[in-house]
Amino acid sequence: MADLTSNFVGIKSPNPFWLASAPPTDKAYNVVRAFKAGWGGVVWKTLGEEGPPVVNVNGPRYGAIWGADRRLLGMNNIELITDRPLEVNLREIKQVKRDWPDRAVVVSIMVPCEEAAWKAILPLVEETGADGIELNFGCPHGMSERGMGSAVGQVPEYVEMVARWCKQYSRMPVIVKLTPNITDVRHSARAAVKGGADAVSLINTINSITSVDLDTMSPEPSIDGKGSHGGYCGPAVKPIALHMVADIARDEECKGIPISGIGGITTWRDAAEFLVLGAGNLQVCTAAMTYGFKVVEEMKSGLSQWMDEKGYTSVDQVSRRAVPNITDWRFLNLNYVAKAKIDQDLCIKCGRCYAACEDTSHQAIAMNPGRVFEVIDAECVACNLCVNVCPVENCITLEPMAPGTTDPRTGLVVEPGYANWTTHPNNPSAVAAE
Amino acid sequence: MADTQMTPGVIAGRLPPDAYAENFADLHPPLDRHEAAVAADRCYFCHDAPCITACPTDIDIPLFIRQISTGTPESAAMTIFDMNILGGMCARVCPTETLCEEACVREAAEGKPVEIGRLQRYATDTLMDRPHPYTRAKPTGRTVAVIGAGPAGLACAHRLAMLGHGVTVFEARPKSGGLNEYGIASYKTPDGFAQKEVEWLLSISGITIRHNKQVGRDISLATLRKDHDAVFIGIGLGATNALDIEGSDLPGVEDAVDFIARLRQSDDPATLPIGRDVVVIGGGMTAVDAAVQSRLLGAQTVTMVYRREAERMNASLFERELAQTNGVRIITGAVPVRVTGQNRVEAVEFAYAVQDGGALRPGPDRFTLPADQVLRAIGQSMVPITNDPADAIEQDGASLHTGPGGRTTPHGYVFAGGDCTATGENLTVTAVAQGRDAAMEIHATLMGDG
Ligand SMILES: Cc1cc2nc3c(=O)[nH]c(=O)nc-3n(C[C@H](O)[C@H](O)[C@H](O)COP(=O)(O)OP(=O)(O)OC[C@H]3O[C@@H](n4cnc5c(N)ncnc54)[C@H](O)[C@@H]3O)c2cc1C
Ligand SMILES: Cc1cc2nc3c(=O)[nH]c(=O)nc-3n(C[C@H](O)[C@H](O)[C@H](O)COP(=O)(O)O)c2cc1C
Ligand code: SF4
Repeated sequence: MADLTSNFVGIKSPNPFWLASAPPTDKAYNVVRAFKAGWGGVVWKTLGEEGPPVVNVNGPRYGAIWGADRRLLGMNNIELITDRPLEVNLREIKQVKRDWPDRAVVVSIMVPCEEAAWKAILPLVEETGADGIELNFGCPHGMSERGMGSAVGQVPEYVEMVARWCKQYSRMPVIVKLTPNITDVRHSARAAVKGGADAVSLINTINSITSVDLDTMSPEPSIDGKGSHGGYCGPAVKPIALHMVADIARDEECKGIPISGIGGITTWRDAAEFLVLGAGNLQVCTAAMTYGFKVVEEMKSGLSQWMDEKGYTSVDQVSRRAVPNITDWRFLNLNYVAKAKIDQDLCIKCGRCYAACEDTSHQAIAMNPGRVFEVIDAECVACNLCVNVCPVENCITLEPMAPGTTDPRTGLVVEPGYANWTTHPNNPSAVAAE
Repeated sequence: MADTQMTPGVIAGRLPPDAYAENFADLHPPLDRHEAAVAADRCYFCHDAPCITACPTDIDIPLFIRQISTGTPESAAMTIFDMNILGGMCARVCPTETLCEEACVREAAEGKPVEIGRLQRYATDTLMDRPHPYTRAKPTGRTVAVIGAGPAGLACAHRLAMLGHGVTVFEARPKSGGLNEYGIASYKTPDGFAQKEVEWLLSISGITIRHNKQVGRDISLATLRKDHDAVFIGIGLGATNALDIEGSDLPGVEDAVDFIARLRQSDDPATLPIGRDVVVIGGGMTAVDAAVQSRLLGAQTVTMVYRREAERMNASLFERELAQTNGVRIITGAVPVRVTGQNRVEAVEFAYAVQDGGALRPGPDRFTLPADQVLRAIGQSMVPITNDPADAIEQDGASLHTGPGGRTTPHGYVFAGGDCTATGENLTVTAVAQGRDAAMEIHATLMGDG
């Protein structure tokens, strides 16, 4: 049996699945039930300064995108940080940590971008016995209008500065939570590294408007006929999050800083993908909000089964395993030539590949009598569109051509070995091959 | 004591009073909005979709399903009605398992086609309660006589009216609809849908229906040809094939279509007499409908006897299974040889058939089924409206012969469509297609480019 225990920047948990800072972690009641359900840890819902707490809207907070069967594909929210008094949260955190010593309890914090504010709250959090802190530099709505959340995360200098304060005024591990609402996430991550952060976590939610009511003309979620942008999360954001995680994982200036992967993790497979692309552990919000705490069962059993099947015995062995395979476009092997191939036994004759290739690609599929669809190798550029639109799994595959054979499209012999754009004759700045 | 399924004879009210409503409720209840969204999501939007080819009226099925899935079932309904003005009825009665749904690639992929019929109903239902969506073109001043207000005649009349022609429909029966009103099984079209649909269709205006006018008896084809610019014949099949065996004239033996028509015209099935032991002879849709509805009325045993093997039945596998789930016993490969009884039918004697060259003959193996009611469903044929050679209609004893666009003669202005023609399967949807196409042909002819 694979060992799922996790040690993330010194914070131990029985498995790598933490609940992300959000409603599921807003109070002891939820967190205790989550721990009973088997979650490895939580990042407590973001705490604010002492004093009167923030207020939330009293109408709908969430918008959503659904598939035809109401499967929730994406969600957005306009919720702020915790709207419960600081003392209540701190008291509960302390109690929970005492009752659940083997689980990770990390506290998310967002206070104004002033040294005094951070200096004030850090000892209060440390006093609870929490395992670490997460700096919420990501919340893209409401709080950002007040100069916090993503307003900080979008300025690398601020990220570095606040991270440094936190390391200075507390002994706890510091995780910097990054916003995806920037042009290049590596700048924020590098700033966190410079500031001495122990880890980064990402992504927080993405600026979004999920829909507009075409009768009332109000964006959703609609508060008395008006809406504002919210933060997007759930399955739909996973590809964006994966890319950002991978970008940081392979960035030299980020120096291998540990990454807590977040964003659309819904199944064990999503989790495994985050791990291999650079994450050291995982945080989940929307999947729990959609299906309840019990989803962690599937995530744990799936990850563990897959690790067993592959012979991986620990999470560390899995983490970053695919990072060496992320590269730049210019380094992709141009000698790799493939052709689409349609398995006639599996084909159900829907013709979607034909419509797609004929109308929008390379006219490389022939529709023969009896609705027999066949790839014309002399036209196929191996773009993969037919594979993507085919409703039958594995019916169309891209088959690599053997070196030495001739590509009927280009008339060129498929070369063995590797050659990329940097040495390609069409590249004006090509360098001689080594 | 109240009567039960066991009570001998042909009597009404065999079942508890509330059983009837349940028995004759919608066979395929409508989809709700969410069910429709889920069902629509399964459509692959195939290229040159096989389902379209399989639909006799060529409805653009992937398009209308996509319109449903994007929340515009009204547009979906127009996609359907543009090709098939009786799309509402067809959604209920088409044997989709042998038409569009059989062709669905998901049938090939997983044996579970997209539910095209029910989606079509979902779409069409949205517009049937609203004002008629089509308007008439500028009047052409031309008039067309349509004989028969069945699916073929109605489809033809609607298309002609839309194109601006004046249409008069001559209908022998007191109500319009043809077999939609008098033939189709009750549980496929409950709640008076057939009449509602006719009213909706006629509200395009420009169509006058003259009921109780039987062409050939009350008015001649020659007169119609004289008074109109063109004539369309959609008279269906008015005659039933005879059962020429000993005892077949005993009381208790009747045509299944008459039994069904009585049922369809009744307001309360509890008042309809039904036998305890019913024997249905035949293997088509009519036989299945008669058998199933006999069970639903409370018959204790219903046996359907067909002369050939099951695969050769005109009733689809779905229909046969429907019969069997309703407790109908199906015997194949047997022919009736004699009906017996004192003053009325008491039993039918059958022989297992043997092949004799091309023909089937009663063989030596015999069996007898008790019966207090026998329903004949061994095929129908056309009742000619004219035998006058001057009309120059090509026909034989069973049907009219038509060319492209439903022309009955190469030169004249008489067209035909639906069951009364020799082409196409005898289905509602085929009748609609042929009526529509004949209207286009008539239009082209009358407007000079035909
Ligand atoms: C019991 C039964 C069940 C069926 N079930 C189905 C089913 O589930 N699905 C399906 O697709 N098909 C079914 N069919 C077949 C379908 O009903 C017919 O194919 C369809 O109705 C044919 O339409 P039509 O317009 O050609 O003829 P009809 O529907 O027969 O209409 C002909 C009309 O012409 C009138 N008429 C006849 N002679 C004259 C005359 N001389 N003058 C004036 N009017 C005249 C008749 O009164 C009638 O109204 C069934 C048929 C039967 C008998
Ligand atoms: C309703 C809601 C409230 C959230 N509140 C916070 C918060 O207070 N602090 C924070 O750091 N992230 C917050 N998030 C972001 C999540 O922690 C997480 O980063 C994001 O939802 C992406 O993960 P997911 O796709 O698994 O949901 C919130 C998300 C949601 C849906
Ligand atoms: S891979 Fe692209 S080009 Fe080749 S057949 Fe498929 S769709 Fe056409």
